[in-house]
Amino acid sequence: MRRRLTRLTRRQTRLLAGVGVAVAVIVALLATGLGRDPSVIASPLVGRTAPNFTLPQLDGPPVTLSRLRGQVVVINFWASWCTECHVEQAALDQAWQQFRDSGVVVIGVNFQDTAGAARSYVSTTDVTYPVVEDSDSSTALAYGLRGVPETFVVNESGRIVDHVIGPVDEAALVSEINSILLARAR
Amino acid sequence: MSQLGTYLLLFGLVVSCYGLLAAAVGAKTGRFALVESARRCAFGVLAIVAAANATMLAALLTNDFAIRYVADNSARETPVFFKALSLWAADDGSLLLWNLILAGYIAAVAVRFRRDRPPTFPYALGVLFTVQVFYLILINGPARPFASLADPPADGRGPAPLLQNHPLMAVHPPFLYLGFIGFTVPFAFGIAALLAGQGSDQWVSLIRRWTLVVWCFLTVGLLLGALWSYSVLGWGGYWAWDPVENVALLPWLLSTAFLHSVMLQERRGMARLWNIALVIGAFSLMTFGTFLTRANVLSSVHAFAQTSVGPAYLAFLALVLLAGFGLVAWRLPTLRTPASLTSAISREGAFVANNMLLLAAAAIILLGTTFPLVVEAVSGQQVTVGGPYFRSSVTPVFLLILLLAGTAPLLPWRSANRSRALRRLRVPAAAAALVMIATAWAGVRQVTVVAGFGLATLVFVTSGQEILSGLAIGRRGLRGGAVRALVRGRRRHAGLVVHLGLALAAAGITASSSLGQQTQVTLKTGQSTVFGGQVLRYQSLHTDQQPQRIVLTTTVSVTNSSGETAGTLDPRMNLYPAATEPIGSPSIHRGIVWDLYASLISLQDDGGTATFRFYRNPGVNWLWFGGLVMALGGAAAAWPGRRRNSDDDQGASAVRKRAALEAGAL
Repeated sequence: MRRRLTRLTRRQTRLLAGVGVAVAVIVALLATGLGRDPSVIASPLVGRTAPNFTLPQLDGPPVTLSRLRGQVVVINFWASWCTECHVEQAALDQAWQQFRDSGVVVIGVNFQDTAGAARSYVSTTDVTYPVVEDSDSSTALAYGLRGVPETFVVNESGRIVDHVIGPVDEAALVSEINSILLARAR
Repeated sequence: MSQLGTYLLLFGLVVSCYGLLAAAVGAKTGRFALVESARRCAFGVLAIVAAANATMLAALLTNDFAIRYVADNSARETPVFFKALSLWAADDGSLLLWNLILAGYIAAVAVRFRRDRPPTFPYALGVLFTVQVFYLILINGPARPFASLADPPADGRGPAPLLQNHPLMAVHPPFLYLGFIGFTVPFAFGIAALLAGQGSDQWVSLIRRWTLVVWCFLTVGLLLGALWSYSVLGWGGYWAWDPVENVALLPWLLSTAFLHSVMLQERRGMARLWNIALVIGAFSLMTFGTFLTRANVLSSVHAFAQTSVGPAYLAFLALVLLAGFGLVAWRLPTLRTPASLTSAISREGAFVANNMLLLAAAAIILLGTTFPLVVEAVSGQQVTVGGPYFRSSVTPVFLLILLLAGTAPLLPWRSANRSRALRRLRVPAAAAALVMIATAWAGVRQVTVVAGFGLATLVFVTSGQEILSGLAIGRRGLRGGAVRALVRGRRRHAGLVVHLGLALAAAGITASSSLGQQTQVTLKTGQSTVFGGQVLRYQSLHTDQQPQRIVLTTTVSVTNSSGETAGTLDPRMNLYPAATEPIGSPSIHRGIVWDLYASLISLQDDGGTATFRFYRNPGVNWLWFGGLVMALGGAAAAWPGRRRNSDDDQGASAVRKRAALEAGAL
């Protein structure tokens, strides 16, 4: 092996170097494509007034977003068939329990689902925050939903301040709510 | 079941790592027992990976939603057939199938070389196990098909609606995978020849038949993909120059080039470097294609959902390119070929030209496919490269390939006896000229279309004439009948059959891509429209509530201009609970020349009004039939002969003879 290597001609060495450089260029180019994360694309809705809705609760009176002005609202679109929604469910419930007395509302908007499946999901996973049905998907359309789960955070003046595609992270959600509450306290 | 699957995959990885080590050490030390134990490992890996696949299948069929993959890709109401298909409907599951097919190929190699083993066998086995180890690492770490959910949902999401809309989904991916993964075998033997320092010609005769089989699978896989696109997506076409379609075509073009240039090396000892580069190139492009598709780099209808496997694929691609082409550079002195072209107008010259053209087509397609990526990396802007670029740049190259396919089989090896070749060209050329005149006469003014039909005719008549003359020689012979002549010249005749299929497919592509008609109309129930000489009347709408979906079926009656009814079309729309948009199902009247194709675009007023898109597509069935003929021709060429060993021996002895001659010449 060593004997062969020492016998490398200049042409071979040059070729080997060429192969190395070419591969490095190709890999670097392709790696830039990997860096993109479609879930961090800035939502055009952030900074705008949240589209209003009045939707019936699964079990309870209808909820109207505009009536919640003055409170921080976390709107979470979910479905019983969505596994990612299971993943984030505990985080949402935790936020609701922690902040419900500080003027924060968590609303689950059920998307493309049947009422029966949604009810059994809510009862088996102990969802405690209010859940509404968007049976004709008009609210999902108004929010430009791309899939579930997606979560919008609306501040007390009714503006969308954060948009999360995919499951929410508990720490990130808590710090987002904290910063809004802190700004209000000042 | 989640645990069982996870442990099986881990066990499979351990066993293949052992196989890799045993083969590598066996190759280095030449110890027979080690190589033999590595060879037997192949069967163990196959059994373990098959068990993992069976576990996932069982989980899907029993609605085990504790496994995340099952919850994401199946639902209680999903029909059993589509539940089973969910095994490869998404990224993680399809990697299970991928591993199974790879293990199957390695086991096939282990069976094929159970007794007579070329000196490169241990190295090839090592390379095969390396690839298997990579794909098993992928499925044990970055992708986790058996990942479980702590809190299983009551029902799953169901398969993606587009994928549960047509049974073609059952066969398209497995055939494509058989084609893609199969390139591992030629790659492994090519690398083995380089590693063992055998720049000689033995490896090409070893893998020619493997490559043919893989080529057939890939041809059928591509064809089924086009057929799926045509029969399911409802846009009236079959090839959209989508990135994922393109990257599947690239290895096909390279392997087609290899199957031609391999004859140069087998018969004349030429093109050693070229052939090894083609084999490594085909495997690299296959790896590149999987990277593009599965790493979520390009947007495409085929792209799998976002996964974390991207960096792993990229690292593997880098390894393949570095190891493959690095070895070529290192072994360059052994790859020099003594023979050279004696005449440009000869069979050899034609093969060289054919390879150049196939590579040019591959380069054009690769450029168009990766251009958006390059632009975005450099300038941050998003661009797309569409059909017009591909059509306008690839068409001339494909026409030249047809010209070669229509003339090269007439040329003899070494140097051309031009008058003889010209004499045999008379009938095909006359037929081509007639067709071109007739096409122009019929009012077609596009040069590429006229040329396309003419050259397809040339290829068809040349191939037919050569097959028939082969038969005639056999008939005149003393002992051999026509059948015997066919069998004796099997390789040549099978190749000519592939060319017959190519001619049919080329005619079909030319016709359908340029002579089709389409219209979009909105009709009230009872209203009709005239399209292509037929009256199409929107009769009624029928709603069918199925467990997993709602199907809205329209009935459109078709009446010929003479007033006789010609059946009905029933384009549908399917509403799935987990889909935001309805999924259409086109309805097609398939004919020998014309297809009448109807898509339901939208429904208004509760079905009182419907918008349809109608297409009249010529020659689409020629493409399907031609493609099938190509695959069958390839299969005939790959079919083992009755005296398979002596066939190989002949190849080997020819190689030995040539080696001796070269040594003598030096």
